[in-house]
This record gives sequence, structure tokens and C-alpha cells, in this order.
Amino acid sequence: MNDALDVALRIVIVFAVFMVLPLVVGQTEHKVMAHMQGRLGPMYAGGFHGWAQLVADGVKFAQKEDIVPAGADRKVFRLAPAVALLPYLLVLVAIPIGPGEGAVGQVVDAGIFFVLAVMGVGVLGSLMAGWASANKFSLLGGLRTAAQLLAYELPMLLAAASVAMAAGTVSLPGILDAFEWWWLPWQIIGALVFFVAGLAELQRPPFDMPVADSEIIFGAYTEYTGLRFALFLLAEYAGIVVLCGLTTVLFLGGWHGPLGADGLGWVWTLLKTGILAFVVIWLRVSYPRLREDQLQKLAWTTLIPLALAQIALTGIVKVAIN
Amino acid sequence: MITALGASGATAAPGFLSPTGVEIAFVLVGIATLGAALVTVTTRQLVHAALWLIVALGGLAVEYLLLTAEFIAWVQVLIYVGSVVVLLLFGLMLTRAPIGRSPDADSENRLPALAVAVASAGALVWVVVDAFRTTWIDLDGPAQGSTKATGSFLFRNWVLPFEALSVLLLAALVGAIVLSRKGRAAAPVDGTPAAAPEREDKR
Repeated sequence: MNDALDVALRIVIVFAVFMVLPLVVGQTEHKVMAHMQGRLGPMYAGGFHGWAQLVADGVKFAQKEDIVPAGADRKVFRLAPAVALLPYLLVLVAIPIGPGEGAVGQVVDAGIFFVLAVMGVGVLGSLMAGWASANKFSLLGGLRTAAQLLAYELPMLLAAASVAMAAGTVSLPGILDAFEWWWLPWQIIGALVFFVAGLAELQRPPFDMPVADSEIIFGAYTEYTGLRFALFLLAEYAGIVVLCGLTTVLFLGGWHGPLGADGLGWVWTLLKTGILAFVVIWLRVSYPRLREDQLQKLAWTTLIPLALAQIALTGIVKVAIN
Repeated sequence: MITALGASGATAAPGFLSPTGVEIAFVLVGIATLGAALVTVTTRQLVHAALWLIVALGGLAVEYLLLTAEFIAWVQVLIYVGSVVVLLLFGLMLTRAPIGRSPDADSENRLPALAVAVASAGALVWVVVDAFRTTWIDLDGPAQGSTKATGSFLFRNWVLPFEALSVLLLAALVGAIVLSRKGRAAAPVDGTPAAAPEREDKR
């Protein structure tokens, strides 16, 4: 195939996935939360069980007036949603969905470092939004975001490092090529640490202290409205997709499955990602929000020691089987 | 420095006058990075300075990428853009981060700072140019800064400096813990609660 055409096709596919999957997760969240709380959720938009609710929401957001507060730093305020959203698009490029080079947007040599580095950049969007809004609540939200990121970046990195040690490579397709089924029990602590730290980095419940509505309204996003607010929401759902996809690739074997290894690998990846996304929604409905000090304590006294223990375990087993 | 590092082509006859596309990109990104760095130190808006610092550090990461040092580039993004600047912004927001200009943030040391900056930049450029005068990177060939190459180079040839650095960092870590615990133990002894830090009007 023509090179330019190949690149263009990959970009289009990644972009389409980026546009569709977060919306699917969003709609699933509407319905799953509703049913877990004994109600129906959106039922009218689009006819069948309100499938078009998010499209309707999008239309509503697009119609709203674009307001920038008078005291705000206009440039930074306007730039923040893009800074929050774009990193997740970039990360999606590097996540392999099936075996071989054809099933990943772009093979990145230092894949783990790339995805974690770029995901960390997304938080800058929240920080910029929190500061530029000229609002005390927003600033507090930004502060909490920063504190949370600083606490949870480390366990996430350590857990990812454990997988890289196990596989002997930092490239995401390389890790999947080296994957064996018994990695699942071997790396299970790392998987839990990674997933929990990722939830905290996305500010999803029970780690949604930075957007705690009962205390600081909506944190860094308080002053936002219309399309810019929608972009922040989209960033959150894209973050869920990226986190679940990454956990799948790093810890759950990605396209490996009990059957249908050839041709059906992408189904396994999507299935595992979907189940993890369901768990993310489930946690939102079932766990109360952690307090700020509990958040920090969990990261520094539980997750980091666990991640270090996982690294030690990985090292011991790795040496033993060699 | 930019042209000296950027002008690298075939190993046989590297020429300065017929730059390839990568070299042109390298120089352009270098100029943008330099510009962002200049704005960082000259802007009168504190948070803007931190945000421009992100641009400068990100530009450096792109330069590493163009020099095929992929691993270093992502680590640069991870550590500096993702963590150090976030810490910096956190500190700023915690103390004072007014929107608009903060004239009191100028320490009136522009000329000495400029002199120090020019001197250190000159020393660095001289050392780098002198050390790598005859070394050329083949930008079109296989990546020479891949994770594998960097790892084996680091742990085969440079293990001692690496270990020394890690001991240094450990010492810093222990020192930070000791300092923070000392402060907490001393506070009740004083009897008086620490005076509330002087707060500027944030807005």
C-alpha cells in the first residue's frame, strides 16, 4: 500500500476510534448508572432506549453561549480544553489493538514511556483551567488536581516498570508479543496499582476530590460552559478509554485470548477494555469519595509500597526462570 | 551550537551548506525553543512563565526526537513537562499566582543574570562543540538513541556515575524527610501556632 495513504488511513481510523469510543463509554455510563440506581436513564432521544442522548447533549453544548469570565486570563482559559484533550488522542495512536504492525496507529519504540509521559501532560489542561478561571473554587480544584497527579504518577510508573521488566522491553507491541497467561497472577498487584492510580489521575470517583461538587462546585471546570466544557467531559471519557486500553495491553494480555488468536485479536482487546470501562463506571456508583488526606495516604502508604513489592517480585521471578 | 549539532549528514562528508529536512526542522525547533525560553525569563506574568517553560522543555524533547534519542525525549516529557512543571505550578498556585502582571516578581538582577546565562551558555556550547567535533549522527539510519542502545550504553559504560547519582538523589530524599520531620517536631515546642503566611491578594 502507498505509504502516504497508509499513514492517512491510520490517522483517520485512530481519530474515528477517538471520537466514537468515548461517546460509547459515556452512553454506557448513563445507562449503567441508571440501572444500578434503580431507574431507566435517558429513554427518549433517538427512540431506542435513548441511544442518541449524547448526540443531543452535544447539540445542546454547541448551542450554548461561549462565556469567558471577565477577570479570567483569556488565552490560557481558551487553550486549556485543548491541552486536556489532545494528549489522549496522541496516546491512542500508540496502543496496539491486535497482533502485528497493522493493528497499531504507530509503533513507538519506548511505548510505555510515551503513553505515560503524554497522559501526564493532559493534567496540565486542568491546572491551566483552574488557574485561568479567576475563581477560588477553580483554583482549589487545580491545586487538588496537581497534588493528586504528583501522588499517583509514581505508583503508576512503578507498576508499568514491573511489566516492562517482565517482558524485557518497553514497547507496547513487544510486551504483548512476550505475554504468557501466567503473567496475569504474577502481575496482578501491579495491575491493581496501575488501574487505581490511573483512576486517580483521571479524577474519576472515588478519586474525584478535584471536582467534588459539594465542596468546590466543579473544581477547575466551574467557569466553563458550552463546547469547551464538553471538551473537558470528552477528555474524561477519552481518558477512561485510554486507561482501560492501557491496562488491557500491559496487564491483561491485550489481543491474547483463549481462542481465535488470528484475526479476532482486536475483539479481545475491545472486550477487555469494555469490561474495565464497566468497572470504572461501577466504582463511580458504588464507592464514596475519598477525602484529600485519605487520597494522599492511599497513594504514599499503600500503592507505592505495593508497586515496589511487585517490582521486587517481578525481579525475583525473572531471575528464577532465567 | 544549534547549527553545529544540527548539521550532520553522511559520515563521510558532513556539510553545513546542504542541510537535510531533519536538520532544517532541528534548527527551526531550536529557534522556537530559544524563543520560548526567552519569554519564560522575560514575561512579567508568573504563571505564563511556567507555561512558556513547558513549551521550552517540550521543544527540547522534540530536539531529542530529531536526534533519534527517543527514550531521552519521552523521559524529558515525563519528568520535566509532566512532573517538574506541575510541581512548579502547584507551588505557584499555593503561594501567589495573580492573573495579570506581577511587578514585584522582578528581582532587579537582569544584567547579572544575563551575564551568568551568557557565560554558562558559552561554556556549554564550547564544551559540546569541542567534544563532539568529529562525531556525526546518521539521522536517516537506525535509531542510535533507542531504549536498548541507551540502556546498554548506560549500564555497561556509565554504571559508576549512574550509581553515584542515585546515591546523591537518595541523600536528597532522606534530607528532605529529615527537614520536614524536624519542622513538625519543633512546632509544638514553640507554643505559638505558626504565623499565618502573609497572603497577597490572589486576584
